[in-house]
Amino acid sequence: MYAQMVKSTGKGVQALEDMSPQDRAFQERIDRGEKIEPKDWMPDAYRKNLIRQIGQHAHSEIVGQLPEGNWITRAPTLERKANLLAKVQDEAGHGLYLYCAAETLGVSRDELFEMLHCGKMKYSSIFNYPTLTWADMGAVGWLVDGAAIMNQVPLQRTSYGPYARAMVRICKEESFHQRQGYHIMIKMAKEGTADQKRMAQDAFNRFWYPALMMFGPSDKDSVHSAQSMAWKIKMNTNDELRQKFVDETVPQAKFLSLTVPDERLMFNEETGHYDYSEPDWNEFMDVISGNGPCNTDRLEARKKAWREGSWVREGMMAHADKKAQCKIAAE
Amino acid sequence: MTKSKEWPLWEVFIRGQHGMSHRHVGSLHAVDAEHAIKNARDVYTRRNEGVSIWVVEAENISASSPSDKGPLYEPARDKVYRHPTFYDLPEEAGNM
Ligand SMILES: [Fe+2]
Ligand SMILES: [Fe+2]
Ligand SMILES: [Fe+2]
Repeated sequence: MYAQMVKSTGKGVQALEDMSPQDRAFQERIDRGEKIEPKDWMPDAYRKNLIRQIGQHAHSEIVGQLPEGNWITRAPTLERKANLLAKVQDEAGHGLYLYCAAETLGVSRDELFEMLHCGKMKYSSIFNYPTLTWADMGAVGWLVDGAAIMNQVPLQRTSYGPYARAMVRICKEESFHQRQGYHIMIKMAKEGTADQKRMAQDAFNRFWYPALMMFGPSDKDSVHSAQSMAWKIKMNTNDELRQKFVDETVPQAKFLSLTVPDERLMFNEETGHYDYSEPDWNEFMDVISGNGPCNTDRLEARKKAWREGSWVREGMMAHADKKAQCKIAAE
Repeated sequence: MTKSKEWPLWEVFIRGQHGMSHRHVGSLHAVDAEHAIKNARDVYTRRNEGVSIWVVEAENISASSPSDKGPLYEPARDKVYRHPTFYDLPEEAGNM
């Protein structure tokens, strides 16, 4: 989801008996539920996959600040502004926890940024959609953070120690994000004026399918899943999580008197789950490959921040080096 | 543009409210110790998680290596008599 299409480097899942002794011992550690730590031996493909996945996750947290940052100065009340500011600041924190986890695998922070800026690494497709009205802040908190939680909770048990620990911290903080979003929706969709109700429905209409896309392609097209699941860096299939999200979100929408923009949506007595329409996967492929409504803006904003911050990064480092020199000289 | 030097990595330890030891919470980049403490405050104590912060530059940490697991920790394994449950005492002795 935050890591939607992580390409795997492995050649598919090998049976234990076909593995080299080293690979096999490693897989058995994972099967026993042991955590893999930075200095432990690990297969190259495990390391590479994790760098891609954690990097993509980190980039999503950072780029994810932009659509919400867009509304901080225009929040309707001081309280909402403080809430949103705190939420966006949390997302920066999430990005930082995750970059550090990725760095334990031997990639540097600067390399990760460079790969984002040149398009070699991706971030979640969801952040390439615009946030047009205040109601979008409600929809994003409720649906986008809601979908993020659904994916991140099981990742607290992932096999790589630093990643699992980052997830624990993140999950503790996420629930406030979703609740503040739903709170906005209650004010607008349930207690609001006719105009506000219309805005809430409109935001819901625009974010429903993009939120479903956050879980990644349908299982039948998800080529990279099996190896990641064997390594326990992915804990559930895309469709499992998507179904869980639909099942939880539909009653929440009902409570808000909002209509799910899906005519086929129906509770299936037999399965005990909602049947729903799949999102438009062509649109998904389009957005993920750079052609969504905001891809250019988002990436340009990140590159600009990096460019324009370089004198601060360099200046602070130079000053610290100078201070250290003076200290040595004085001793 | 010349490639600038990346800020060094610092490990962050925080002591919570209730008299526990400082605990490792994560890491961050900063130019020096003072800067690392400021950043740690923003990144790791947004919700009153702590009352004291330690930072230490990651390259100054010496760590045991995973391959030493055997020699380091195996010897403790067969010394069950270091645990109180090893000693069976009669109920008459009361709580001990
Ligand atoms: Fe998020
Ligand atoms: Fe987050
Ligand atoms: Fe969040």
